[in-house]
Amino acid sequence: MAVPLLDVDDLTVRFRTDAGWMTAVDRVSLAVGEGEALGIVGESGSGKSVTALSILRLHAAATTRMPTGKILYGGKDLLTLPTREMRQIRGGEIAMIFQDPMSSLNPVLTIADQIGESLRLHQGVDQATARKRAIELLDLVRIPDAARRVDEYPHRLSGGMRQRVMIAIAIACRPKLLIADEPTTALDVTIQAQILDLLRDLQRELGMSVILITHDMGVIAEFARRVMVMYAGRVVETAPVGQMFRRPVHPYTEGLLTAIPKLDVDVRRLPTIAGSIPDPTAVIPGCRYSPRCPQVQESCRRDSPALLPAGPEREARCPPRVAAMAKETVA
Amino acid sequence: MSAALKTAAADAPIIQVRDLVKEFNVTRGRGGPPAILRAVNHISFDIRPGTTLGLVGESGSGKSTTGRLLVGLIPATSGEISLFGETITGADGEAALAKVRSKLQFVFQDPHGSLNPRMRVGDCIAEPIDIAGGWSRKDRADRVSELLETVGLPRAVAERFPHEFSGGQRQRIGIARALALRPDFVVCDEPVSALDVSMQAQIINLLLDLQERLGLSYLFIAHDLAVVRSIATDVAVMYAGALVEQAPKTVLYSAPKHPYTQALLDAVPRPDPDRVRSAALGGEVPSILNPLPGCAFAARCPHVMAVCRQDRPAPRPTGEGHVVACHLY
Repeated sequence: MAVPLLDVDDLTVRFRTDAGWMTAVDRVSLAVGEGEALGIVGESGSGKSVTALSILRLHAAATTRMPTGKILYGGKDLLTLPTREMRQIRGGEIAMIFQDPMSSLNPVLTIADQIGESLRLHQGVDQATARKRAIELLDLVRIPDAARRVDEYPHRLSGGMRQRVMIAIAIACRPKLLIADEPTTALDVTIQAQILDLLRDLQRELGMSVILITHDMGVIAEFARRVMVMYAGRVVETAPVGQMFRRPVHPYTEGLLTAIPKLDVDVRRLPTIAGSIPDPTAVIPGCRYSPRCPQVQESCRRDSPALLPAGPEREARCPPRVAAMAKETVA
Repeated sequence: MSAALKTAAADAPIIQVRDLVKEFNVTRGRGGPPAILRAVNHISFDIRPGTTLGLVGESGSGKSTTGRLLVGLIPATSGEISLFGETITGADGEAALAKVRSKLQFVFQDPHGSLNPRMRVGDCIAEPIDIAGGWSRKDRADRVSELLETVGLPRAVAERFPHEFSGGQRQRIGIARALALRPDFVVCDEPVSALDVSMQAQIINLLLDLQERLGLSYLFIAHDLAVVRSIATDVAVMYAGALVEQAPKTVLYSAPKHPYTQALLDAVPRPDPDRVRSAALGGEVPSILNPLPGCAFAARCPHVMAVCRQDRPAPRPTGEGHVVACHLY
């Protein structure tokens, strides 16, 4: 990757909770190239959504300590950018869609108003132009009968149609980067397939970069080119998507992949990962996965592991496994 | 009784559903005209003892309503449900239901919402025992300990409160409570949908172990087809209130016949980066308010014929335990 479009370096986000400060995102670094599709996968509390929100500085100010690290975009650090400039970027150059389109849409505004809002704000177009562009955008996201639908209110639309409207709003200003946080999780499986097809086509047509956040390894396999696996606030593995599925390095990635119920074969008993996802406020010395890891070694419970290179374009936060891999390669 | 007869009796279905219909009266908008919503539309199936029927479908397919009908939580509009030889629908339904009620239980999707936050875990689990009555204090405490052990939780958990536990552990508590009165049949409505992947497999395996040990039968309702494959014996697919296909698990997943089942299976993203999915099925699930005549799937079906828009296809057997409601067969 020459110069990445977005370069996040050592991002740390901490929240205040009743139980004290908790580190939701712990020194996360990631880069997204132009036109690239990066997947971030993880379970509850992995920090995947907080990472995404922090890129757009959408974290709740009252309970969050100012994130540390750098978020470089177009030569600027988004973490230190003046609010005014940040507003230009948010929704203009970097747009975001969320899991639940109903709570992201304003129930008392028509679709035309809501798509137009973004256009008027960022491009200063007049009302008539905004409406015309809104219809074009609804066509682009394949909403049938766009000229009529544009005057409807969100409650009249199905979940799938609402998510299409959210996508239309997000791409209205032709962003360079789209962050999609669990965009298909609330949808039925046949509708999910439609939305994934739409996102992939739009990414190609508009040359956008996409960060797709999901808990679903199937969605990652379908959509992403590169994947980052998070666990308890930390990145545990990054890899080109094919390599991660064929040969996961981190024991957590491996455990997660084997624990997924299989659709194409009969399995008598699913392999499981022991224990539970740790409480976010819990202090776990060493590797945060060590209490659940079937391959745990003494050093894992003591030393905090670093993210180590594990082959071309690959990194993993598991020194024993990375060392074992290096030995195999030499032999 | 001869050996052959015994096997036949053991294999006789404990649950029989025939032509079951559930309608709800609704109003569209404030003061709007009343309308009828047919959530379950003439469905029939059996469940044999010690087996699991997986019921799959998308939102609004009627799968949860079916689960509620089966344990008598809501009354049927028409059709017949018989449980352990008692017909709980019709005129004498109430009395029949009272006879079999203790054999039926329900496990909900959200263990957070179904456990009283102000009750200790032990009391939550013992609630069915308390309602049934007639247990000594010691028997009750022993039963709670036994149940906690059964679902893989330490005894000390009984003194704590539900909010202290993770989603997976809360679902174990919900299952312990469902087992309190030793049911024979448990309806599990999306029991693992709210859980993370690493927790899902644990709960699925627990349900399988319990089935083996206690001889339970399940109706397992879920939208996730892979989850259903990991637990079901037979699978039934619902679409817009209708049961479009049912078959033994391996048959349904490897040789689906109904075009909707085929599209549904194809649409699921696999954790396999080399797989290329076919283009998504167009359209959306039709309204079940004042439905059109004919097959509910006709508007989206890639194989639609003229007859599909006029006549509702009747379920036809197409093989051992395989039933399909489609004019193609």
